[in-house]
Amino acid sequence: MVAGHANRRLRIGQSRPPAHIPPMDQDIIIVGGGLNGPTLALALAASGFRVAVIDAMPRASFAKTFDGRSYALALASTKLLSALGIWDGIKDACQPMLEIKATDGRAGEGPAPYFLHFDHAEIEEGPMGYMAEDRILRAALLDAIDADDRITCMYGRTVVAQTAGAVTLDDDTTLSARLIVGCDGRASGTAERAGIKRVGWNYDQTALVCAIEHEQPHNGIAHQFFMPAGPLAILPLPGNRSSIVWSERTDAAVQINALPEDEYLDILRPRFGSFLGEIKLAGARFTYPLNLTLAQNLTAPRVALVGDAAHGIHPIAGQGLNLGYRDIGALAEVVTLAQRRGEDIGAVDVLDRYARWRRFDTMTLAVGTDVINKLFSNDNPILRAARDLGMGAVQSMPGLRRGFIRQAAGLTGDLPQLMTGRPL
Amino acid sequence: MTTTVDAAEIAKFEAMAAEWWDTNGKFKPLHMLNPCRLDYITQQIAMEFDRDLTQPEPFKGLRLLDIGCGGGLLAEPMTRLGATVVGVDAAERNIPVAQLHAEQSGLEIDYRCTTAEDLAASDEPRFDVVLNMEVVEHVADPLAYLTACQQLMKSGGLMICSTLNRNPKSFVMGIIGAEYVMRWLPKGTHDWRKFITPDELFQLIEQSGLTPVDRKGFQFNPVTWKWRISAKDLSVNYVTASIKR
Repeated sequence: MVAGHANRRLRIGQSRPPAHIPPMDQDIIIVGGGLNGPTLALALAASGFRVAVIDAMPRASFAKTFDGRSYALALASTKLLSALGIWDGIKDACQPMLEIKATDGRAGEGPAPYFLHFDHAEIEEGPMGYMAEDRILRAALLDAIDADDRITCMYGRTVVAQTAGAVTLDDDTTLSARLIVGCDGRASGTAERAGIKRVGWNYDQTALVCAIEHEQPHNGIAHQFFMPAGPLAILPLPGNRSSIVWSERTDAAVQINALPEDEYLDILRPRFGSFLGEIKLAGARFTYPLNLTLAQNLTAPRVALVGDAAHGIHPIAGQGLNLGYRDIGALAEVVTLAQRRGEDIGAVDVLDRYARWRRFDTMTLAVGTDVINKLFSNDNPILRAARDLGMGAVQSMPGLRRGFIRQAAGLTGDLPQLMTGRPL
Repeated sequence: MTTTVDAAEIAKFEAMAAEWWDTNGKFKPLHMLNPCRLDYITQQIAMEFDRDLTQPEPFKGLRLLDIGCGGGLLAEPMTRLGATVVGVDAAERNIPVAQLHAEQSGLEIDYRCTTAEDLAASDEPRFDVVLNMEVVEHVADPLAYLTACQQLMKSGGLMICSTLNRNPKSFVMGIIGAEYVMRWLPKGTHDWRKFITPDELFQLIEQSGLTPVDRKGFQFNPVTWKWRISAKDLSVNYVTASIKR
């Protein structure tokens, strides 16, 4: 060291009173109280962060009756819920997915013989995943965040303005935090206010979603039929019930959804044949226009995006929520480790670690599901022959098949610690 | 001595603070290395003083001295973790820069322009932890400097000291690579002859009156572009922990 300096103390602008920055209202603000928002809040609160969850919907609007919506939770996602103390309470109300059968089909002809068959018995980890009804999962998450005293829930509030480190709500209150996380879906206001642009396109397809009751047991088997107009999935729910997700060209989907129940079922029935016996509707019907929308950046100064706000993908593989849960696992791990090192959790280099971790996975899945959809939503005889050949090839190679099963269970890639079931 | 600084000076310091804290700027290599350095420092302090890093402000009650604090890249995290931090730097211009950034971050840190030797000669209360990171390779008399560090420590205190090894690889990586090829550091930042091998450093630390207890390498992976702590590879950047019995 250079010697010669005495114990001098420099003070900038000694005449000014010392600037005391008021403490932050929260460590982290989460915008969006759907499924990703509360799950992230629980993960962050478990690491000791004070978290606010803001959602425009009133708390009372979250119904506990079955409305027909459900989610395919990959095994890794159930492990994340387990690490957060949620899974044990809902596991028995969820349906394990023991097998996945995929086949090529045409309306009116019913399913062709199975081309692809994935059985959980081929991997040692257990079922590939579980079907969870929206009312079960959502209620468990909302009850848990209500009960956590580190989490402040602000329902029925809209964010009207946002800076790097603060949001203003529609009742004129301003909340400050070191990090703002957008869990506010495909049309993320958090992303827009942070100046993050989006890329994407619309498919001329709309998903029709409903739940059915059927005569015969499903035996825990999920089916995926690739139809010319778009894929149809039959996903097993507890009891003799299944969730149906089925895509049609948008104009046809709008017409079908407007039909009375018996005519709706008349259209649905021939699409997957009679192997489940008689069917009837077991809840409301929904439609979702399909589009792909990717945020150009996952982060901005003091902002991070999670779930559909970062990447709204084609639901063909049922990976939307699972992708969001991977985001949550990664973001919670990055900010928790940063906090324990004493770093500023909203700093550019910290958030960049999250963006780099998630960028590749997101792009792979977005492009992958898009390609699969384009390849399969097609009646071109050459493409049909090619994909049958491809599916037959996968079916005949156990190693490759096990790879797909592990992929579907979410057990591949650079897995966040929470997704292995261990708390941070 | 107190210096009042005018508005133009403050603007200059603000620009310099922005430079110190720009993760893609002049100090990019330090920012890239920082999580790795912090991991080592926090784990060593937690082990030595039996602190739980999962708890809020785990270093509360510890007096910590950061020598060669620069813009406060270590002093700020240590303050966030609850330590009472004194940051010293011999380069006068770094002090207002670090003060300004601490103010912007809402942190109270006692920054001073002084040297370890001067501080040791004063009646400054002694410290539980001395951070001595990337300094020893810049001093004229390493033994005198390390002795001053030892005098600044309480009995039972911990010193973390990192520096650059002296061998052909560190010459290529640390000087040719970092200063000339990557332009990470200004040319002339380091004089390779002043680099110290781990064995030499352990010997100097012992001569200063401290007991070395641990040494690890900081290893750069050019594929993942990340630093990690290595138990074996001390060939370029390395770090040591010593205690005052």
